[in-house]
Amino acid sequence: MNAAFDPPDGVPPGTQADLRAAYETSQVGAVLDGLERDLVGLAPVKTRIREIAALLLVDKLRAGVGLATSAPTLHMCFTGNPGTGKTTVAVRMAEILARLGYLRGGHLVVATRDDLVGQYIGHTAPKTREVLRRAMGGVLFIDEAYYLYRPENERDYGQEAIEILLQAMENERHDLVVILAGYKDRMDRFFQSNPGMASRIAHHIDFPDYTEEELFAIGERMLGAMQYRFAPAAVPAFREYIARRIRQPRCANARSIRNALDRARLRHANRLFASGQANLSVEALMTIEAEDIRASRLFDPGDGAAAASASPSIPDGTPELDVPLFNTRGLFRAPA
Amino acid sequence: MMTNYGNRITQGQFSFLPDLTDAQILAQLKYALDRGWAVNIEYTDDPHPRNTYWDMYGLPMFDLRDPAGILREINGCRSAFPNSYIRVTAFDSTRGWETPRMSFIVNRPRHEPGFRLVREEAAGRRIRYTIAPYATDKPEGERY
Repeated sequence: MNAAFDPPDGVPPGTQADLRAAYETSQVGAVLDGLERDLVGLAPVKTRIREIAALLLVDKLRAGVGLATSAPTLHMCFTGNPGTGKTTVAVRMAEILARLGYLRGGHLVVATRDDLVGQYIGHTAPKTREVLRRAMGGVLFIDEAYYLYRPENERDYGQEAIEILLQAMENERHDLVVILAGYKDRMDRFFQSNPGMASRIAHHIDFPDYTEEELFAIGERMLGAMQYRFAPAAVPAFREYIARRIRQPRCANARSIRNALDRARLRHANRLFASGQANLSVEALMTIEAEDIRASRLFDPGDGAAAASASPSIPDGTPELDVPLFNTRGLFRAPA
Repeated sequence: MMTNYGNRITQGQFSFLPDLTDAQILAQLKYALDRGWAVNIEYTDDPHPRNTYWDMYGLPMFDLRDPAGILREINGCRSAFPNSYIRVTAFDSTRGWETPRMSFIVNRPRHEPGFRLVREEAAGRRIRYTIAPYATDKPEGERY
């Protein structure tokens, strides 16, 4: 230590802080490891969360030895393409901040324009305040935040909601973390027209698109969670599917993968029906074969390629739209 | 009222104790929220014990998880009615209860003059006793 260093008033000289002990008692390590384990890719996001965790921990130590601390503003903006995990990370963020002692509740309140903006004069303020009140002690997640601001209608009440939000973000920042989320270009435009909002948000986190490798890992995890598995031959088929899907327009990253898997499960169930076997093994009920994946329109040489090149507005034929055909969850449940 | 120093009215919980601090109020509200009770804020300048209908400040607060939002409302009510009685009530909607489970005063007027004993002569020289707050001699809004 530097001998010439003189601690400020009120801090006894020679005070030591135990970083390791603080790290262990706060259980941040477990949370960060969980994040690393459960979320594929998203390197910039994880780095930023680590930095925030480190800052909060060091702040706690500084408070412990009597140094001045000021609660950092942790309002965030998540930008990224659809299906890059913005909502998932927001849920995680609430949990992490609660573990670090920054938030008391650790709950997440999801709000969209409907929940914040009223329909007539004097309706917006109570509505917004009520949502803010519910989110106190936790995280307020505003999805597609740019819809709050409608420049084309000057009598729109969205501006009022924004002003109340700004005020709350400034005055209640000890009790509330606001996370805005949306597509990057629209979010940028939103901040351009609301500079006050941009300056009150300290963390702008961009969610990158997943690579093919990451999408495959995500797909495997999703299948595992649904208690399915790939047959050996289905693995290369699924990799090929991802490589083709990623080049299609309107690829919604992890959401596209989930929809593809839902359709594969549909074909899997259909194949089992068509086989007409009376007794099915657990293995058959769990295993997705290559043919379940290769039946996709994307593999249709004539139709799929032609559709993709000729009309980019219709990605790959109607059955391959990123809308689940219907929810098969609960209808066909894999044995535990 | 003779055992009650300073004529402080004693209604609801904790009313024989010194005024609750904000931290104590937060802890009580947390208890209510953890049990799923809806909290609301009421104020009055007529503290007669039989006056159960106090005025509500805002709407009852449903679906809250954290008491900080309620404290914010309490402070809003305190600045709007600094010289009134303000109480916080936690309502339990569980079937079979359906009633306030907690109620305590969070704000009092600076000076509480207390209650007068009123004697009414009834038939046959019987005396009927009741009490009346000194403050209610004045019209509403000018008391305290």
